Amino acid sequence: MDATLTGNQAASAMAVARKPTGRLSDPIFVGVLWASGIFVLILLGLIIAMLFEGGLPALREFGIQFLWSTTWNPVTEKFGAGVMVFGTIFSAVIAVIIALPLSFGIAFFLTEIAPGPLRRPIGVAIQLLAAIPSIIYGMWGFFVIVPLMAAYVQPPLIDLLGPLPVIGALFQGPPLGAGMLTAGLIMAIMILPFITAMFVEVLESVPPMIKESAYGVGATTYEVYRNVSVPYGRTAMVGAVMLGLGRALGETMAVTFVIGNATRMSASLFAPGSTIASTIANEFPEAGPGSLKLQSLLELGFILFVISFIVLALSRLLVRSKLKG
Amino acid sequence: MNFTSDTSIDIASAVNRATAPTAEPKLKVEGLNFYYGENHALKNIHFDIPEKRVTAMIGPSGCGKSTLLRIFNRMYQLYPGQRAEGKILFDGTDLLSKELDSTVVRSRIGMVFQKPTPFPMSIYDNIAFGVKLHEKLNKAQMDERVEWCLRKAAIWEETKDRLHTSALGMSGGQQQRLCIARTIAVRPEVILLDEPTSALDPISTSKIEDLIDELKQEFTIVIVTHNMQQAARCADITSFFYLGEMIEVGPSAEIFTNPREARTRDYITGRFG
Repeated sequence: MDATLTGNQAASAMAVARKPTGRLSDPIFVGVLWASGIFVLILLGLIIAMLFEGGLPALREFGIQFLWSTTWNPVTEKFGAGVMVFGTIFSAVIAVIIALPLSFGIAFFLTEIAPGPLRRPIGVAIQLLAAIPSIIYGMWGFFVIVPLMAAYVQPPLIDLLGPLPVIGALFQGPPLGAGMLTAGLIMAIMILPFITAMFVEVLESVPPMIKESAYGVGATTYEVYRNVSVPYGRTAMVGAVMLGLGRALGETMAVTFVIGNATRMSASLFAPGSTIASTIANEFPEAGPGSLKLQSLLELGFILFVISFIVLALSRLLVRSKLKG
Repeated sequence: MNFTSDTSIDIASAVNRATAPTAEPKLKVEGLNFYYGENHALKNIHFDIPEKRVTAMIGPSGCGKSTLLRIFNRMYQLYPGQRAEGKILFDGTDLLSKELDSTVVRSRIGMVFQKPTPFPMSIYDNIAFGVKLHEKLNKAQMDERVEWCLRKAAIWEETKDRLHTSALGMSGGQQQRLCIARTIAVRPEVILLDEPTSALDPISTSKIEDLIDELKQEFTIVIVTHNMQQAARCADITSFFYLGEMIEVGPSAEIFTNPREARTRDYITGRFG
């Protein structure tokens, strides 16, 4: 090696001819990189193939109605994904509806209003929310939030809004504490950090001069936010929300604790239900190898995969289109 | 050094000589000091800006001319740590006092920035945005206002068929004139131009300069520029800033042909800056 030669030798070696470096190591390096890249594709392909193949018998047995059938009866071995698909989407949408305004508020506070010394602590606190394992959220939800919901939140809401036409349907049933709303609430806290972090990034990318010009025609802080900052980052923000939705769709542990795990479908926010992920977590241990139940669970997994894939693909598309423009 | 006493007399007489007789100055800066945190950016500025004239501020980067411009419409207040001391009388009221609301100040003293800054909306809405903040107009009145200010900004012919398309699709020069139109739309009394042509090509630049000439019939204009020919062409009054101080002010013709201060001469002949 050049580095080990003495000064004179080094000089002469340099003067004559340098040894070409990396004749062997570089192709190896490139090869490893290729392998890493291809590995991801193969892995993803195998997972999809396994889920699809594993669930295929269930699809054959129950036909395409499996997707919307609301029967889930392990005793008679009649299975359908309807309740879980509904519960998955319903709870995730509740989570986004709760998280969205909070994220807007926090993100705008952090970028525009918060005095310098306060920005870091709040920013770090939000990051830490994202670092809490989901099982902790589940326990906290089960032991703290569920009793609170049952005692203080649900009864007045049922009394107040239950009798109303149309939206009354959302507030029916006994105040059990566990249910769709509680699951949505816990997930809202879990996806809040992601949505907020992306909102902050979007708001910080609004050129200060554009904001100043809006202030310059006499706009107030709120008017600048609503008419300039938000429209400027609208697409990326929609993408951020979709990413949050994607996370909520697949969330398992916390939801399993607080959703009530009932295989019935109800429009009420307070009714217990189940999501695809919580059903798989609950019932997997009881599904024997080769049983129709196991195949149905695998098919459920495949459906969840497809739903998440669509949502994530949409969000990527939206985020990217903004970053380019 | 102390230029204060004789410069203020000088402006008055200069304005009298250079232009028609004037009443009170539109903006009267008295003993203004400005700080970015610890950094003393403007030092004891005394400066009169006459009504319906073009006043230029020139000087090397960092001399404080843009800072002064941003004090006139209180833009500095958006940033904590920046503070101004002294007085700026705007038609007799102190601009720096808390009595005046920032949004009102900014609607009476409009600003156009270095780079075109169209909002992410249609051409029409870009203009309507500012107007709606201060006035309640019906559709017909708003249409009229939009046409009025686009005509004033000499961009009506180019935009009348595409008012409802995105402003982001216009050329840089058109965008800058749209920004001027947007500023005019709120019917301010003073228009501040912060190097309005520094991002534009020569043809767009000359259009903007013609526009400035037109606009001074109705508005008081203050322009910061790095382009000395531009100051000489457009401005009635020119002031020279250096290291946070105002070195000299007078009719443009005098500043550019026969400056009193050696530093002004060095700067305009290109010896530094």
